Amino acid sequence: MKPVNQKAWFLILPVVLCVAFSAVLPLMTVVNYSVQDIISPERRVFVGTEWFKSVMRDDDLQGALLRQIIFSLSVLLLEIPIGIGLALSMPATGWRSSAVLVLVAISLLIPWNVVGTIWQIYGRTDIGLMGAALAKLGIEYSYTGSATHAWLTVLVMDVWHWTPLVALLCFAGLRAIPDAYYQAARIDGASKFAVFRFIQLPKLRGVLMIAVLLRFMDSFMIYTEPFVLTGGGPGNATTFLSQYLTQKAVGQFDLGPAAAFSLIYFLIILLLCFILYNWMQRVGTASTEGAQHG
Amino acid sequence: MARIDLDLAHAYRPNPQKDEDYALLPLKMSFRDGGAYALLGPSGCGKTTLLNIVSGLVMPSQGTVKFDGVDVTGKTPQQRNIAQVFQFPVIYDTMTVAENLAFPLKNRGVAPEKIKQRVGAIAEMLEMSGQLNVRAAGLAADAKQKISLGRGLVREDVSAVLFDEPLTVIDPHLKWQLRRKLKQIHHELKLTLIYVTHDQVEALTFAEEVVVMTRGRAVQIGSADQLFERPKHTFVGHFIGSPGMNFLPASLMPGSPDGATLLGIRPEYVKVTAANTAGALAAVVTQRQDVGTYWLVTAKAGDSVIRARLSADTTPPAVGETAWFSVAGSHTCYYKNEELVA
Repeated sequence: MKPVNQKAWFLILPVVLCVAFSAVLPLMTVVNYSVQDIISPERRVFVGTEWFKSVMRDDDLQGALLRQIIFSLSVLLLEIPIGIGLALSMPATGWRSSAVLVLVAISLLIPWNVVGTIWQIYGRTDIGLMGAALAKLGIEYSYTGSATHAWLTVLVMDVWHWTPLVALLCFAGLRAIPDAYYQAARIDGASKFAVFRFIQLPKLRGVLMIAVLLRFMDSFMIYTEPFVLTGGGPGNATTFLSQYLTQKAVGQFDLGPAAAFSLIYFLIILLLCFILYNWMQRVGTASTEGAQHG
Repeated sequence: MARIDLDLAHAYRPNPQKDEDYALLPLKMSFRDGGAYALLGPSGCGKTTLLNIVSGLVMPSQGTVKFDGVDVTGKTPQQRNIAQVFQFPVIYDTMTVAENLAFPLKNRGVAPEKIKQRVGAIAEMLEMSGQLNVRAAGLAADAKQKISLGRGLVREDVSAVLFDEPLTVIDPHLKWQLRRKLKQIHHELKLTLIYVTHDQVEALTFAEEVVVMTRGRAVQIGSADQLFERPKHTFVGHFIGSPGMNFLPASLMPGSPDGATLLGIRPEYVKVTAANTAGALAAVVTQRQDVGTYWLVTAKAGDSVIRARLSADTTPPAVGETAWFSVAGSHTCYYKNEELVA
């Protein structure tokens, strides 16, 4: 047997410390809270999985989770196709390309709470451009009064804010396709759609995977914009998971249930990302051996 | 199938003034229907530009392209019905080998039975029948390039098939096989084939006629024999042959034609002769290499270098010796301003 070189442990020590302080320790604090009932700073009782059980049975939380999943799915279904469409229609070279890139990226530079404020004003029927215009058209638009309107406004706001990210990623992906592919497609007589379906879309798979994961995680954790715009209302129509969590942890100071729920939240995101990632990998590389040709 | 007539020039920048602004200087050229041609020249000489103009991927900045006498200058590759194979393999990642090969036919609405038959035939020819239902994305580079070749050959009714250095990524032994296959296809189908390459062996073995290009100009069009025996331009002499033609100042040899400034002789035709033979030149041997089947002797006469390919069973002069080399004879060409004069 080879002698074991124990010195090697010192080499990974910095990494271990970094990860410990940045991820493991904070997470373990949460784990610590989630299994105790903290009555006062001096008094705490170990309660086991009690908080987890009660949190899972919580109707408000189930409602928030359902809203969150519908919201994230809608965001993906809207932002990914619109982003691809935008990227395809953006000019590829010259000053026009640079100008369009800057214009498209503007919304990405705006801080979250400013985005919420912008849309809050934009949607007001007395002074807001969109609200007033809709009112003039005879639509009784009110994001504070109607749950549907609040929902649509939050959704449109997110699409406005984040579709450019998808578009920029796809734009970069499109530029990376060698010219020879387009030339070969012209020689092969491929239609515009065939070029998209058989060259551009497959070549965009990598960046689309990043775009889907980023947009999924981000929208699943959305907090600031709906908080500023609707405050989670009307009722709890736009109360998404993180807002619910904040109400629990900071509003009511229920640290135990909030910690238990944080862990569940974390695991949900992890699980869904895992599923999405594997599914997209599968779609891209699925074997088509069964197909009968030639 | 079509006869292709070119009468054009091309510059990638607007308002070309100098010769250097042109990717292709004004040229006039015809490709016979059913001929096998090679465009041969170093990188950047304009051969790919010329090919892309024929296929319709590039629109010439001036002049016309005619197929069978019909002006197709403004037509797309699809309208011209051209097949083209590129230097690096282009395959459709999400498709199987069979789907890749069928793609050009499918886009043109060919009947499924016909597609099946053509794909089968092409796959057999390329020895890929066993891989038809494999995803193309996972294959090695040479297999991918075979698919690209297959897509170029799968249509029977094309005006011409163009190859842009298609065998660059292929293993040497497979290269031979594929080149033979292409020649065989040419004989069977009588397609017009245009083949771009910078490899003279590839060009000379593949093509009936070779177009030698340099700096945007087609300097000579001819058979392998013509290019070897009578290079019309000093560049052709340099570029074709291994090593290239010897060039010496014409003033070294009395009896050179009037006005000629350079004398060219292939190393194959240079012989060691007795001293003071007519047409021979004294030179000091500087290098002597045994290249297996022949001796390569390098000698210097003044500032000029003479290379000679001598038969392996002769004993060549040793390094440092002065020997006489025959340079003026029936195989000698004379040049003025780089052009052949006699």
